[in-house]
This record gives sequence, C-alpha cells and structure tokens, in this order.
Amino acid sequence: MPERHDVQTLLDQMAGELRTLLASRHISNPGMIGIHTGGVWVAEALHHLLHLQQPLGTLNITFYRDDFTRIGMHPRVQPSSLPFDVENQHIILVDDVLHTGRTIRAALNEIFDYGRPASVILVTLVERGGKELPICADITGTKLDLGANQHVKLSGPSPLKLTIQESA
Amino acid sequence: MSTRQIQLDSGGQLHHFISIEGLSREILTDILDTAENFATVGTRQVKKVPLLRGKTIVNLFFEPSTRTRTTFELAAKRLSADVLNLNISTSATSKGESLLDMLHNLEAMHCDMFVVRHNQSGAAHFIAEHVAPHISVINAGDGSHAHPTQAMLDMFTIRRHKPDFTSLRVAIIGDIKHSRVARSQIHALNILGVPEVRVIGPQTLIPPEASHLGVHIYHSLEAGLQDVDVVLTLRLQRERMEGALLPSEAEFFARFGLTEAKLKLAKPDAIVMHPGPINRGVEIDSAVADGPQSVILEQVTNGIAVRMAVMSMVLGRPPQSGEESR
Repeated sequence: MPERHDVQTLLDQMAGELRTLLASRHISNPGMIGIHTGGVWVAEALHHLLHLQQPLGTLNITFYRDDFTRIGMHPRVQPSSLPFDVENQHIILVDDVLHTGRTIRAALNEIFDYGRPASVILVTLVERGGKELPICADITGTKLDLGANQHVKLSGPSPLKLTIQESA
Repeated sequence: MSTRQIQLDSGGQLHHFISIEGLSREILTDILDTAENFATVGTRQVKKVPLLRGKTIVNLFFEPSTRTRTTFELAAKRLSADVLNLNISTSATSKGESLLDMLHNLEAMHCDMFVVRHNQSGAAHFIAEHVAPHISVINAGDGSHAHPTQAMLDMFTIRRHKPDFTSLRVAIIGDIKHSRVARSQIHALNILGVPEVRVIGPQTLIPPEASHLGVHIYHSLEAGLQDVDVVLTLRLQRERMEGALLPSEAEFFARFGLTEAKLKLAKPDAIVMHPGPINRGVEIDSAVADGPQSVILEQVTNGIAVRMAVMSMVLGRPPQSGEESR
C-alpha cells in the first residue's frame, strides 16, 4: 500500500472526534484504558491530547484470550493496571488495530471483572477489515482494506509509525 | 528418562513440573514473570480469570498438607478450572486398588492435570512417566526430594524485595537433610545466578552431598548469618527423622534458632522467610517470625500467583503432534 500514514495527524483528528463524542454524551471525567502493547501507546497520546484527569489504565488481555491453548503464554507483557474504580465509570477503551474483534471481546470481559462500567467507547487507530465478531469502533483513525496475507504493525512508542507488511 | 527430559516437551516447553533441577534460567524467569501478571488477580473485585475454563485439575494428596493444598486449589479456581481434591490416605488405596489403576481411572474421567504430594521421593516422577501424554503432573512435594513450586514462590518473594539475584548472599538454616524445600531452593538459587548460597545447621542435619551442590556449609549460625541478604528458615521435620539426630528441640533452638539478636548479624535490610508450618521457639523465635523483617505471610500470598503461573504454563503450551488423539 503506497500511502503514508502520519500517525500524529490521525491522533489529532481522533482526539477532536473523541472530544465531540464525549460532549454529546455529557461525559466529563472518563477513564481511559489502553490495551498492551500498541494500544497503550495510542492511549498515552490521546490521554495527553485530551488532558484527561484520571491516570491512564493499561490492560494485558493474555488471561482472557480464546486461543490460549493454541499459542500459550506471553509472560513478558506488563500486567494489567487499572488505577481508577471501574464501577459506574465511563470508559474509553483504546487499541491500535481492530481486526477480528477477539482482542476487544477479551478486553471487555476483563474490564467487567474489575466492576460494572457506566459505558465503554471503543477507539482504534486502524480498522483493517476481517471482523469475526459483532464489534465496531466508535472512533477510528483510518480504515484500511487489507488482504489476509497483509499485516499492519504499529511501532513505537516514540515516534509512532504504521507499516504494512506482506507475508508469503 | 531423566527428570529434565520428562519435564519438557519436544518444543522445549514445560509439560510437567517435577523438579527445579535441570531447568533453564529462562524457564524459571518465565515462571516468575508470569506470576507477576497473576499477582494482581487476587486484589480485584472478581478474583478469577477464564484462562483454564473447562480444564479439570486433580489434587492427589498422599500426605497431609493444608497450605500447599489450599493454595493449589485457590490457584486452580482463580484460573476457572474445576478442582477435585483427593485425600488418598483415606481413600482407594485402603481398598487395595493400585496407584496405576487409580491414575487410569482418573484419566478415563478426562482430567487434565494431577497435582501430586507424596511422602516417597520420586512419586511425582513415577506418575508423570505413566500418565497419558495429554496430562500434566505438578510435584507438590515428594519425600525429601523436591518441592519446586515452594522454591519458586520463595524466589518470587525474594525478587520482589531484592530484584537482582546476581548480587545476593542467601542463607538456608536448619534441617537441610530432610528438606525437599531446601533442595529445590538451592537448585533455584544456583540457576538464577545467586553467587553465594550458605547452608547452616548441625552436622547431623546437613547431608553429605550438600558440598556438591555448590553451597557453603556452616555449623555456626553466628558465622553463617554474617552479611546475608536473605535468611531462609526451615521447619524441623521430626516425622522424617530416624534415630537420634537431635539432642532436643530446646538445644536446637539455643544453637540454630533464629532470634532477633542473631538476625542482627545479617544485613540490616535482610528478609526472613519460612515455608510453614512454623514451629515457634524451635527454628524461629516468634519475635522474628512476626517482626518487621519477616515476609512469611507474603510467601503464602505469592504462592497462589506462582502456582497459577505454573499451572497455566503447563496447560497453555501448544499441543504436540500425537497428543490430541488421547
């Protein structure tokens, strides 16, 4: 894919859309959660752009994956940390790439084990097609139509860079 | 087949957890890192993750245990597995059923893991050799041979207080001869790169082979405690002693009991550990066991996270060819 994706431009545009969405829903003090690893980088940037007051939460969904018995553990990923009370909280869930939807399914399950949120807004930098579950992002940086042999990868944390790779 | 070979599958992943001996530093570090992830689960509103949902884990305890069995049971439940507790001394073996017949019956019930505690050294290894290939076996203590999950929870507790294993001086005090905990601790400390491991005890309670394990032997508590970072005390195992290895518990306490005064010889920030159950006033004074340097109750809490890590690692490996058919 020839087009270059300036991640900072995407983030600025997403922050604007998110501000509008929060205002329309009258949400003043949301809790933001990024999914390890790429989602945390995107969340850090958005958290900064929106001047959110509550500290950023991070989620490691390893223990909630549905392919655990096929691929095993990833012990090196940081543990989950939710530094605010999830109960009755409006949550902004952030990931880098929305693909099959399985990661988001796992993340929602984990969030509900911490408490019952008032609402969850899903924000992803890239939506790439290939959905296997009925899960849609509320705000997306960009939509890419990729083949099954193509992979989109976010590298970071500084600078954030999107690359598309082809596998044989 | 050696324990090392039986513990790992053809891809080098942990399949059984029988002994620390022969495992790599990478695997031990993976266990500690995975346990770090599980440590937060116990503090959440829902103290459970769905990782082992649908798996059946059998606690096969041929020897009484409260703490180990309870923490294995809690670990399995926090992973959403179904748990069966079998107290064998009062069960089938009294009707004359052989151990292998009992194992094959449990296999026929489609169990996925056996957690084995036995008073005979080598029992867990024997069971691992004879179970169907899809079943994992975890050693929860066999005779005076090994207690690998206890050693790993001790390593986890040490790492939380002293993150760099390669700069530590660690002393293990007491009944080394009968202690499977001490054996597993020594192997784990060596593999993780602790440069100086000391064992301290009377001549009768230090086995002759200790010198081959790369440890420094002390028969004086005062000398052995000098400048250590970590003090590992052990339970005096009266039930495993034959003959007169000890004059009396009072004399043992006088020479090798850890008191506040003796602990002052260690580094000021040294931590004190004990695998439990504690004989207060025999191997450790209450003032030390309940004192500011004691991390004994942290060990119990950490035991759950470490056992969750080991259970999920042995059941989470990708299936090997030929295993699925069973």
